[in-house]
Amino acid sequence: MALTTAPGATHRPGRPAPPPRQTAARRAGLGRKVRDNLTGHTFLIGAVACFAVFSWYPMVRGVVMSFQRTRRGETTWVGWDNYTRIIADPSFWTAWKNTFVFTGLALVLGYAVPFFVAILLNELRHAKGYLRVLVYLPVMLPPASALFLFKFYAYDPSEAGLFNAVLTALGLPTSEWMQSPTMTMPAMVLASTWMNMGGAVLIYLAALQNIPGELYEAAEIDGAGVWRRIVHVTIPQTRLILALLAMLQIVATMQLFIEPLILANGAGTQDSATSVAYLIYQHGFFQNDLNGAAALGVIMLVVLAGFSAVYVRLTARQD
Amino acid sequence: MAADLTTRTLVSPAQLRRGRGRVLYWTVLAVVVVAFTLVFLGPLYWMVTGALKSGQEIAQTPPSLFPRDPRPQNYVDAWTNLDLAKLLFNTFYYATGAVLFQLVFDTAAAYALSKLRPVLGKLILGMMLATLMIPAMVLIVPQYVTVIDLPIVHLNLLDSPFAIWLPLVANAFNIFLLKRFFDSIPEDLMAAAVMDGATPLRTLWSIVLPMSRPILGVVAIFAVTAVWKDFLWPKLVMPSPETRTVSVGIYAFSGGTPMNVVIAASVIAAIPTVVLFLIFQRNIMSGLTTGGLKG
Repeated sequence: MALTTAPGATHRPGRPAPPPRQTAARRAGLGRKVRDNLTGHTFLIGAVACFAVFSWYPMVRGVVMSFQRTRRGETTWVGWDNYTRIIADPSFWTAWKNTFVFTGLALVLGYAVPFFVAILLNELRHAKGYLRVLVYLPVMLPPASALFLFKFYAYDPSEAGLFNAVLTALGLPTSEWMQSPTMTMPAMVLASTWMNMGGAVLIYLAALQNIPGELYEAAEIDGAGVWRRIVHVTIPQTRLILALLAMLQIVATMQLFIEPLILANGAGTQDSATSVAYLIYQHGFFQNDLNGAAALGVIMLVVLAGFSAVYVRLTARQD
Repeated sequence: MAADLTTRTLVSPAQLRRGRGRVLYWTVLAVVVVAFTLVFLGPLYWMVTGALKSGQEIAQTPPSLFPRDPRPQNYVDAWTNLDLAKLLFNTFYYATGAVLFQLVFDTAAAYALSKLRPVLGKLILGMMLATLMIPAMVLIVPQYVTVIDLPIVHLNLLDSPFAIWLPLVANAFNIFLLKRFFDSIPEDLMAAAVMDGATPLRTLWSIVLPMSRPILGVVAIFAVTAVWKDFLWPKLVMPSPETRTVSVGIYAFSGGTPMNVVIAASVIAAIPTVVLFLIFQRNIMSGLTTGGLKG
């Protein structure tokens, strides 16, 4: 690419045009281009090697592995065997159902809440820094630390648990949290949202600050109330960020892993916590079935690619 | 922040200054401050003080707001029984190495892609950015298989810090962040350096890097937090008790350890990142908002 654009560069004002008919000079120029390119690639080599070995190659390797089977050091091609075996696993559909329920609940709770929190914070003229630090603080905790807090203190099923104590104080019925198959998912979404919403809030806040004040002014003159100003000014103005974060959040929540592992010891009561990512981990590292785990990874990739395709179409249509 | 007072947002400033608007504003502000403190700081308070309670006190109903008979012994037990000094040292070591590797290789690559622009540079950048679309969980198995038997050289990196450092260099977000920053450095400055006979390395060292301190800080902080927060990857590639990270170590001990001790260990494990955040909050927040999503 640089080879074709470089001659134009020599004609830039302020630089002498190359003397024509001087093949020696041109040859020297070619040598210099080769040298410049070599320098450029030398700077790139470390990062490119790491991408190649730990990112690009595993991508291919994952697909290849999903059609192979390795037993006692011997690798053979087995066609779709890994896929049929993994789909026949009784936990397969449960894991997908759980993962979709988690993603859906996380969209309702973890997606809408940060947006409205950001709108609220953007209106306040005091304690700004303090509130921002508070919202982002849980993001800085190691997830394992935060989840042990939830597991042992907040979701303690007896009345000594933090949440149950608050519910009792408010005169509400208590819950068994992770011990109850129906509460497992909402409890995991709650913990996950608390841990992760800070990033989204700060990104929305930055987007909100870019909305021109005149738009609100004009809407107010037209008699639009606060709610209608949100619907007709705030949301359309932050549409792209909203769509992008929705996509990022779906990709992140579909990889649900550490919440079931720590809060529910993996599968949870009656398989209520098993996620697709947890199933990958189980097959790959406990059932000695790396090939089956690779096949499940490929299935996950295809599902997420489907989501991305829908997202791209939707956002493209809006523009 | 003074400029914000005049910036028009959802609700007009005039409305907020008038009688009823003013009362409402201060009420909302008070409610938000109290609610946020309870929601985000409350659990942390519960964690720190809960770990000071005895096993009986933590099981009593209703729970006590302050530990009646504080037992710092839980923290001492956590420190000695879980060998937290070792775990914290490991994590710190991995985090420091990750910062160095990322700063050296990602900065060099971003500089090449932004300023040197060698042949195929755009293709390489595209292939790097494409990895942002691949969820980590999808790659975990083939990455693990790669790490236990590196292609061509056939090295096993299990329990070696390189198993954490090298995959972290393949971070497209860093490359993107750094390249965008370098793109904003004027070409004239680079041309002047070339005129003076500076080599590309010299230009990078004496002109580009000094101007890029804020973004390098952001990359370094994010590298530290990424290592400190990561769980599954270090759990897989650091299987020995001697090489574990702090999160993985606490998890490994959580089964057979009293829960107050596990919580005490969790508090200690969280201190470094929380302190880092309180010191560098401005850099972290600006990196998060300007780096990610204005392009």
